[in-house]
Amino acid sequence: MSLILDKINYYYGKGTAFESAALKNISLAIPDGEFIGIIGHTGSGKSTLIQHMNGLIKADSGSIYYNGKDIYDKDFKMTDLRRKVGLVFQYPEHQLFEATVIKDVLFGPTNMGMDKLKAELAAYGALKAVGIGDDLIDASPFELSGGQKRRVAIAGVLAMSPEILVLDEPTAGLDPAGRTELLNLLKEIHETKGITVILVSHSMEDVAEYAERLIVIDEGEIKYDDEPRKVFAHADELRKMGLEIPQCTELMGKLADAGLNVDRSCLTVEEAVNSIIGAIS
Amino acid sequence: MLRDMTIGQYYPVESPIHRLDPRTKFLGTIIYVVSLFLFKTFWGFLLAGGFLVMVTILAHIPPKYVLKGMRPMLFLLLFMMIFNLLLTPGEVIGEWWIFSVTKEGIYAALFMGLRLALLVLGSSLMTYTTTPNKLTSGMESVFGFLKVFKVPVHEMAMMISIALRFIPILLEETNKIMKAQQARGADFESGGPIKRAKALIPILVPLFVSSFRRAGELAEAMEARCYHGGDGRTKMKPLKYHKGDLIAYILLAGLVAGCIFIP
Repeated sequence: MSLILDKINYYYGKGTAFESAALKNISLAIPDGEFIGIIGHTGSGKSTLIQHMNGLIKADSGSIYYNGKDIYDKDFKMTDLRRKVGLVFQYPEHQLFEATVIKDVLFGPTNMGMDKLKAELAAYGALKAVGIGDDLIDASPFELSGGQKRRVAIAGVLAMSPEILVLDEPTAGLDPAGRTELLNLLKEIHETKGITVILVSHSMEDVAEYAERLIVIDEGEIKYDDEPRKVFAHADELRKMGLEIPQCTELMGKLADAGLNVDRSCLTVEEAVNSIIGAIS
Repeated sequence: MLRDMTIGQYYPVESPIHRLDPRTKFLGTIIYVVSLFLFKTFWGFLLAGGFLVMVTILAHIPPKYVLKGMRPMLFLLLFMMIFNLLLTPGEVIGEWWIFSVTKEGIYAALFMGLRLALLVLGSSLMTYTTTPNKLTSGMESVFGFLKVFKVPVHEMAMMISIALRFIPILLEETNKIMKAQQARGADFESGGPIKRAKALIPILVPLFVSSFRRAGELAEAMEARCYHGGDGRTKMKPLKYHKGDLIAYILLAGLVAGCIFIP
């Protein structure tokens, strides 16, 4: 159950005077059960990249293999891929359209050809997983709060029981509490259901704490693909790409420069506190 | 699919025509269009055609691009020419089944066809060389006299410019929603007409919702900047006539003279 991208190239405005490369020679393997963060500056090509993963955009050259099958083959069923690779777009609450929450969540599973009972079970399960209570399932999605709407929209993708869940900037526009809540939710889904989660973000803080693997994209190319700690060791290069490193890592770097014996690669506040206490005592 | 509409699209280059005041271009287009309907012979069209070629060259727009604007009109043009060709009574020169081609018919088909072609090409030149913003501020100024009759000229101009501004935004939004629904397994391409119409609901509902949201946000933002309509409102870039406009008006006067003297 893996997704392999092999030398993907994609151009904007192919064949016109405005042609420009959006993705250059991207090769990537996504094995089962990872929590991956993809970061890059606005316009770096990260959204374009994830749309290749479920076949919404077709690469101009290169191939993509899902479980060893070439997705550009004529007899490959794209609906299967769309079901297995669930893609949650930016501001997914803008795609809600049904009269009730449950009907909206049912849209995906029904399109995928699940029978009624199975689809309903999947929809209820997904709503429960994102923390939408029974009292809201018959409400109109347009009456919900922003955070609730977003969780309903995520449930709409989750109900298709994907094996890989890709989310484009899922925390955009949420308050800090909503952001932490959503990220913890993703972590929980990742751990309990064993789903591969790919989190696209331009915020280092988001991905540093949760991702096990970090892919940095700049100008359509993969610059780093490693553990977060190792990626953040390249602070200067990241800054040149217009990316920030997490505040904790930044602070620890400065403390270490000032002569304090602390660990530079701390990612979270907790780690940083422990490291500082260790250095002082 | 919606990208290759050239009619009404601004063509961004530097040229004397682009620099003209939008009022000049607007009045010029009106004079040009009226002249097309006043000419009774091909000599008049020769003058109008010459005028069109001159403006196209001065505007630095590739002729191919200008002709592309004709494409949506092609069907109407052929339709009209064929009807004129077959249904004009007069001196018969050829017959086939129930149709007869007359000398007058050939003349009328060519005359009408040429008139329509010149009409479309000429008016699209204005939108090629004028940004929507300038166009609406030009229109507001030209129709400004109607304010005396309580016509809300400014409000209408503002509505047109907002509508034009939102076309690309809504196109992008549509594209995004389509992709999001496709990711949820929506299928817009297969099935009969009823199934296809139904498949549009997941696109249209979010599109309407977002249009209303955007409209509300825009209204709030305008109010926050104390927008209160056209009264006493000044412009950041007021319309001003330059030397080029004088030359343009002289040339337009030539076209008017042509209307009067050419039969």
